[in-house]
Amino acid sequence: MRSPRPRLARPSLVVTAALALAAVAGCGGSSTTTGSAPAGAGGAFTPPKIEALKSLGAGEGQVNLVAWAGYAEDGSNDPKVDWVHPFEKATGCTVNTKTAGTSDEMVNLMKTGEYDAVSASGDASLRLIASGTVAPVNTDLIPNYKDVFDGLKLKPWNSVNGVAYGVPHGRGANLLMWRSDKVSPAPDSWSVVFDPNSPYKGKVTAYDSPIYIADAALYLMSAKPELGIKDPYALDDKQLQAAVDLLKQQKSIIGEYWSDYTKAVQSFKGGDTVVGTTWQVIANLVKAEKAPVDVTLPKEGSTGWSDTWMVAAKAKHPTCAYKWMDWIISPKANAQVAEWFGEAPSNSKACQETSDKSFCDTYHATDESYFSKVHYWTTPIAQCLDGRTDVKCTDYSQWTRAWTEIKG
Amino acid sequence: MTTPVVAAGPRRRAAAFLHRHAGVRLSLLLSAPLAWLGLAYLGALAALFVTAFWSTDVFTGDVVRVFTWANFHDLVTGDVYRTVALRSVGVAVAVTAIDLVIAFPMAFAMAKVASPRAQRWLVILVLTPLWASYLVKAYAWRVMLSSDGVLGWGYGLTATILTLSYLWLPYMILPIYAGLERLPGSLLDAAGDLGARGWRTFRTVVWPLTFPAVVAGSIFTFSLSLGDYITVKIVGGKSQLIGNVVYDNIGAANNLPFAAAVATVPVVIMLVYLAAVRRTGALDNL
Repeated sequence: MRSPRPRLARPSLVVTAALALAAVAGCGGSSTTTGSAPAGAGGAFTPPKIEALKSLGAGEGQVNLVAWAGYAEDGSNDPKVDWVHPFEKATGCTVNTKTAGTSDEMVNLMKTGEYDAVSASGDASLRLIASGTVAPVNTDLIPNYKDVFDGLKLKPWNSVNGVAYGVPHGRGANLLMWRSDKVSPAPDSWSVVFDPNSPYKGKVTAYDSPIYIADAALYLMSAKPELGIKDPYALDDKQLQAAVDLLKQQKSIIGEYWSDYTKAVQSFKGGDTVVGTTWQVIANLVKAEKAPVDVTLPKEGSTGWSDTWMVAAKAKHPTCAYKWMDWIISPKANAQVAEWFGEAPSNSKACQETSDKSFCDTYHATDESYFSKVHYWTTPIAQCLDGRTDVKCTDYSQWTRAWTEIKG
Repeated sequence: MTTPVVAAGPRRRAAAFLHRHAGVRLSLLLSAPLAWLGLAYLGALAALFVTAFWSTDVFTGDVVRVFTWANFHDLVTGDVYRTVALRSVGVAVAVTAIDLVIAFPMAFAMAKVASPRAQRWLVILVLTPLWASYLVKAYAWRVMLSSDGVLGWGYGLTATILTLSYLWLPYMILPIYAGLERLPGSLLDAAGDLGARGWRTFRTVVWPLTFPAVVAGSIFTFSLSLGDYITVKIVGGKSQLIGNVVYDNIGAANNLPFAAAVATVPVVIMLVYLAAVRRTGALDNL
């Protein structure tokens, strides 16, 4: 519904040309890049019966990937950041990457059947499994799989009934960040972003997505134990309402919601935002811009993401797709992608390959107790993910409408 | 002696056939543009409308093609959608008004005051911002409005209106400029000779004659503002417009049917707007 062209009576030629150009310019370039926006579904369901690949054949010469920005770098963004060309050289598989901006875009792209593999987040992975779009993965064909952290293997977002549906790519937590020169004392709890009498009123930020409701639910788990929330992604009507009420109250102290990370970097740097939820990579970028910020994993724990490479059920280039999955979790490539994107690598040996030797410590790659406090993004579904069977839980479309309502 | 028979090739025969059958000629000429209008434009709108009556399987994300009023029911009963729709209309009206106030004097100066040579340059100058990416301009405003920026007014609905006014200004200037260019300068002289001063000339001569052009410009700015969701994401702070609701339902929830139902709201608003404009008679003179 953009620029219907009104009929102008005999406009001079220059104006006609100008309007045509204007219409073109106005319609182009209107896409935003959002960062990794994971969320997924779990619980007991029976996926369509699809056989995993038995053995690798000869390489098919190419592989088509759907990936988050920064997951398949070929040096075009930074000549030094390139793990695609070495892969092509080593395997003879030419990589064609389609970058997706959201999990839903990934799901839709995979459903076209044009792609062989996808870097799915927790909110996409189970949907892909349930709809039969992706196949189980024969991890015996992926030598590097044995070095993946056990904390990431056969998890509810990348497996069903003990069958692996992908290889873990990396993980990260949503952290609490604050301007150390403007916020004191240093917060150690999410209460700082939910307190209606916050001294930082108008300078608080929150993530602009329905999945942020889980952050409120997580806070309520400890702030209001009587609600009985066991899993921030399994909320019944009453629990969702409590989270929504909390977020509506939070809105009065919010300055702005962020969805793409450049926006978050800029507002923390400029001081429009002094406290709020963030990613480690954002904190690093703000620090690189010389703004004094600190991050912590608050005592309530946190939400986070864990991405998985999956292979299409109807992959036209399965061997190359397997080779890619093996490559992306190989120590060297996994270290490169983790450093470039700003997340913890999934391969335990990747920590020796990072250019910044303290990288794995910064991102707590080997710290399972750190990640045990992280509730990875999962798509909320009607079937309660915490195992309750006496109530119906709220699904993601209800969360989306609740989010619209919260923003008002 | 035999008459030389002109070899009637297939091309010639076709040409002759078309020459005799004006109807066939016309339909062949129009079929391509009509197919485009019918399929690509009206077809898309129809598909949108039909989709609005479906629902999605929340887990697999597949569209369930079963008729339901649920989307429209939710849309009408939810207070939040009314608030968002009214806010969006408010923003569109404000942007249109601001652009009109800025564009009219500018277009007048371009069309009636500037020399023909300067005129051409001014048109180019008005157009240049359109060559820069929309995102670059929106982010530039974000930087300017940030509290340590040049303006430092902060983000919110006002910032959104300001940024949209800047973005769509050329779309208002150009139609008005085109309208004013067609206004004979002699009419202004005549008004002056008859004793009308500036304001009266404007009210009784310039405005009525350029009103259709103003309407054309306002359709641009109004509809562009009504559909926008990116600017408000960049400088809108915590506010949202109709476009964001549509975007959230497609982008985040993959609920295409509900998004389609929400998307019919701006379509209806535009239809109402066009109907209102038509009643003023402005469209007849276009």
